[in-house]
Amino acid sequence: MNGFMFKVEKFFDILLNKGGYKEVLEGLQNTMIIAVAGLLIGIVIGTLIATVRVMPKYKAAVRVLDKFCSFYVGLFRGTPMVVQLLVFYYVMLPLLELKMSSVLVAITVFGLNSGAYISEIMRGGILSVDPGQMEGGRSVGLSYGTTMLKIVIPQAVKNILPTMGNEFIALVKETSVVSFVGAKDLYLAFQSIGSGTYEFMVPYLAMAIIYIIIVCIITLLIKIMERRLRKSDRGR
Amino acid sequence: MIEVVNLRKSFGDNEVLKGITTTIKKGEKVVVIGPSGSGKSTFLRCLNCMEDPTSGSIIFGGEDIANPKVDINIHRQKMGMVFQHFNLFNNKTVIENIMMAPVYVAKKKLKMQKRSNLLIRLHLKKGTPVPVTATVAQIKSQAREKATELLKRIGLEEKADAYPSSLSGGQKQRVAIIRSLAMDPDVILFDEPTSALDPEMVGEVLELMKDLAEQGMTMVVVTHEMGFAKEVATRVVFMDEGRMIEESSPDEFFTNPKTERCKDFLSKVLV
Ligand SMILES: Nc1ncnc2c1ncn2[C@@H]1O[C@H](COP(=O)(O)OP(=O)(O)OP(=O)(O)O)[C@@H](O)[C@H]1O
Ligand SMILES: [Mg+2]
Repeated sequence: MNGFMFKVEKFFDILLNKGGYKEVLEGLQNTMIIAVAGLLIGIVIGTLIATVRVMPKYKAAVRVLDKFCSFYVGLFRGTPMVVQLLVFYYVMLPLLELKMSSVLVAITVFGLNSGAYISEIMRGGILSVDPGQMEGGRSVGLSYGTTMLKIVIPQAVKNILPTMGNEFIALVKETSVVSFVGAKDLYLAFQSIGSGTYEFMVPYLAMAIIYIIIVCIITLLIKIMERRLRKSDRGR
Repeated sequence: MIEVVNLRKSFGDNEVLKGITTTIKKGEKVVVIGPSGSGKSTFLRCLNCMEDPTSGSIIFGGEDIANPKVDINIHRQKMGMVFQHFNLFNNKTVIENIMMAPVYVAKKKLKMQKRSNLLIRLHLKKGTPVPVTATVAQIKSQAREKATELLKRIGLEEKADAYPSSLSGGQKQRVAIIRSLAMDPDVILFDEPTSALDPEMVGEVLELMKDLAEQGMTMVVVTHEMGFAKEVATRVVFMDEGRMIEESSPDEFFTNPKTERCKDFLSKVLV
């Protein structure tokens, strides 16, 4: 037990007096940026894909688009995130002769990846909205797109909010692999603190606690948001 | 007003409408009755192309709206529809429900005007710029004023900021009716507007519909309310198996039906 307390003291010494906190803050920042930006990009991509996939398939163009979307979704759901990161960073970028920072690479891949997952969530959400809502909109002369955007999707989003919260939590957790392409996240921060003394027990414990705290905060935020939305439903 | 020529509609192999030809004139109140599954809803939904006709034409506003190349949204603004299950927008308040389409249309017009003026100024288009006077705020306040007026008419102005989920069925249906009125339609299509209501609420909705009828609105109504048909209809149409097999004035129709199938149907519903 004494030994553990000694390790804790040493960890806080590095963290507070030797600048370790800077690395942790940077890691925390990157982790959150990647997860949040990934989620936002994912929401845009996911909503677009979901809209295509629920569209009536009269036109050939829609059918082609639909095929492409289902290929995209299959590709990103069928391979691990790490593989996607590595392929994007070590295969795509050199082939396209592009340069991108590690964080930007991570954001892009997280966005593309969560787009695939969110499209499926969103599709379920859209299908759960009463078709009468679309008919109501179309009957007063609103276009398909406007009705979708203003009437159907807002109701779909309300239905899928808990699932979206889980998707965000999953993204936050998965950021722990971005160090594979050199992005400085929480994992790299604590790893670097630990490697200074070859003492990893306390740093990784601290890392675990931080992840738990983040997830708890997100869960709480989602609960608050849901309660608010439900209030608007009752209409006071 | 609406001219239907040889309208056919199939769902897969199931031909639901087998060639319907009829004309609905301005100010007419056409009541469509017939047994379940005879294609009444499908007929009504083909009129505003909620279901795309398989063949035939529907002439409205000088165009064949059955043609998929026609911008159907513009025509639907002039052809209101009231559904059995109301289909109010659940995520919008009552007044937003009513304002939505008018605001959307006016905003779109404003945008087109501005774009055309810009093109003219850039010499990409001939003509003189039309001065744009309306603003989005004005459009909204005008629409709100009109919506409030309509709500007053049905005595629901205090529900303006409530959500549909807090209304009774009868209130929902009356709001749905004035939502379509807000676009100043030339005709309103009603698909069993009272079938999903508790009996004590049927009256208030029929009352509002009679009101509209008296003011000269052109109406096409699918209903099982024979009292309404007798009182309001200028013409009753009997449909069976995808055809209009009898068409006459309500007096004639209810006292002296011509076909056996019609007599049979009436004997079942008029007990
Ligand atoms: N979207 C659809 N897809 C497939 N078949 C349909 C569809 N809509 C209607 N039908 C079929 O078309 C036929 C006529 O239906 P319709 O709803 O027009 O009848 P209706 O006269 O309105 O009956 P009800 O009085 O029960 O409302 C029915 O056999 C129905 O199963
Ligand atoms: Mg019907």
